[in-house]
Amino acid sequence: MTIEVRDISKQFDRHVALDRVSLEVPRGSLTALLGPSGSGKSTLLRIIAGLETPDSGRIWIDGSDVTGVRPQRRGIGFVFQHYAAFKHMTVRNNIGFGLSVRRRPKAEIRARVDELLAIVQLEGLGDRYPSQLSGGQRQRMALARALAVDPAVLLLDEPFGALDARVRGELRRWLRRLHEQTEVTTVLVTHDQEEAMEVADRIAVMDHAQIRQVGPPRELYDDPSNPFVMEFFGTVNRVGDAFVRPHDLKLHRSPNGATQTATVERLVHLGFVVRADLVKDDGQALTAQLTADEAEHLGLEVGDNVFVAARRERVFLEGEGI
Amino acid sequence: MKARFGLRAIAGVYLALVLVGPLVIVFWSAFRHGVGPVWDAISSPDAVAALKLTLLTAAIAVPANTIFGILAALVLARRRFPGRRAVSALIDLPLALSPVVVGLALVLVWGRAGWFGPWAINHGVSVIFSTPGIVLATMVVSLPFVTRELVPVLRELGIEQQEAAATLGANPLQIVWRITLPAVRYGLIYGVVLTTARVIGEFGAVAVVSGNIAGQSQTMTLYVEDRFQEFDLVGAYSASVLLACISIATVVVLRLLNRRGVQ
Repeated sequence: MTIEVRDISKQFDRHVALDRVSLEVPRGSLTALLGPSGSGKSTLLRIIAGLETPDSGRIWIDGSDVTGVRPQRRGIGFVFQHYAAFKHMTVRNNIGFGLSVRRRPKAEIRARVDELLAIVQLEGLGDRYPSQLSGGQRQRMALARALAVDPAVLLLDEPFGALDARVRGELRRWLRRLHEQTEVTTVLVTHDQEEAMEVADRIAVMDHAQIRQVGPPRELYDDPSNPFVMEFFGTVNRVGDAFVRPHDLKLHRSPNGATQTATVERLVHLGFVVRADLVKDDGQALTAQLTADEAEHLGLEVGDNVFVAARRERVFLEGEGI
Repeated sequence: MKARFGLRAIAGVYLALVLVGPLVIVFWSAFRHGVGPVWDAISSPDAVAALKLTLLTAAIAVPANTIFGILAALVLARRRFPGRRAVSALIDLPLALSPVVVGLALVLVWGRAGWFGPWAINHGVSVIFSTPGIVLATMVVSLPFVTRELVPVLRELGIEQQEAAATLGANPLQIVWRITLPAVRYGLIYGVVLTTARVIGEFGAVAVVSGNIAGQSQTMTLYVEDRFQEFDLVGAYSASVLLACISIATVVVLRLLNRRGVQ
């Protein structure tokens, strides 16, 4: 394990940010801390970095206990949501800052900065100031700055949160490739489940100061251990005690073993996918997802009566509830 | 368009009447009989002594208040502690207090009959009617400027850049020196300019504590007043011109320093 967090608690005034949280981050992994705002994910990241002090609990990085160690000596790289660019320094000096405060020789710094400028695709922009860069470029500069000191772990706090959707998508893919190249153990905080699923190989879902489930993205989606996790990864229908994903609802023209009937309220064509908002005869609303082909094959129209069956559903035991 | 022109005209006329006019008249009065008398006036031994004392005072008070001001601003902007508002108000006090009161208070503390006066005199230092008193009085009246300018810009700066520097391995001194101060340099420079101007121009507090002995405990401002009282108008105007030139030079030099640091 590169990072081990055990029984960390943290309270701000009367708000409990973390309640005995434990987490292990394997070497070389890219782990996402995923949760709604206020769930404690950023606080956990800042505690790993040493920017906040936990009320109780311990943290190990690379096997050594860093609980009381200042951020300067933890061997971390940290990337902030709003870049935290040093505005009065050029891109070069920003990236070289960590080496410069370590009093490395100028030639070494120059070589390392050149190398990093190439890695983050900012060649030729080294002499600019951060204000002359776009948001995406600034964040890549911040990443290069964090990587310059060869950190044992890279900590990213909502790194793409301030960027527009297109740039965010590009940077996610780029980060994934970068991680495969550098293999630096990385922890990414995000509230965007799609981002977590696209970038991370492990996800820790957080809610109300606690971690609700940890696992690979696929596992969290297919085998959530509680309703919160299931609902966080996309829309869920409740049918009695069962939870059903929209694409696990199958629509039929004839009973065909299905017991429930419903009326089509609305059809939304989203390209390949068609979303059907249904109302069951008992008045309950359902959302189903089918492919455009399926919808056409069924000849689905608003106002039609259809039979609904669940292909796959999950029932959570008592005690797993929200 | 018209309204904006009107506002500009009002601002221009106001500035001309209140600031530029009197300043021009001072320059004109001093140089009415040519450069000769002005040079004679400002190179007289008393004038040179006054200039030296003013520069010495500035050389001590400005750096001292700059360092104190930076530290106080960092604490006031970053830390929450009981009594923070009281400390902040205390630092503002010299702005509200009449300099004469400051001078008088110093006399009460450091004078012959004051609290620390006898102790200081026993140790061979006389504060009142001499240089230490003048420096002290000047430091008190010019205390608030750096802090006042820095606190709002430090608040606006936030702590993210400093946190980033910390995660990159910078120690607290490196963070202040390489990140915080460069980031707030406009506010800092402005604070130093205001401090310097106040130090050079201070009259009331210094008048109370100095004893006003020509050639010994007379700063430039006291010298100007002294010449004026003696009906030596050329002397008074010449010294005034010198004071004004020092002030203008301070503003210009710091502006240039500032520009060089910015792309």
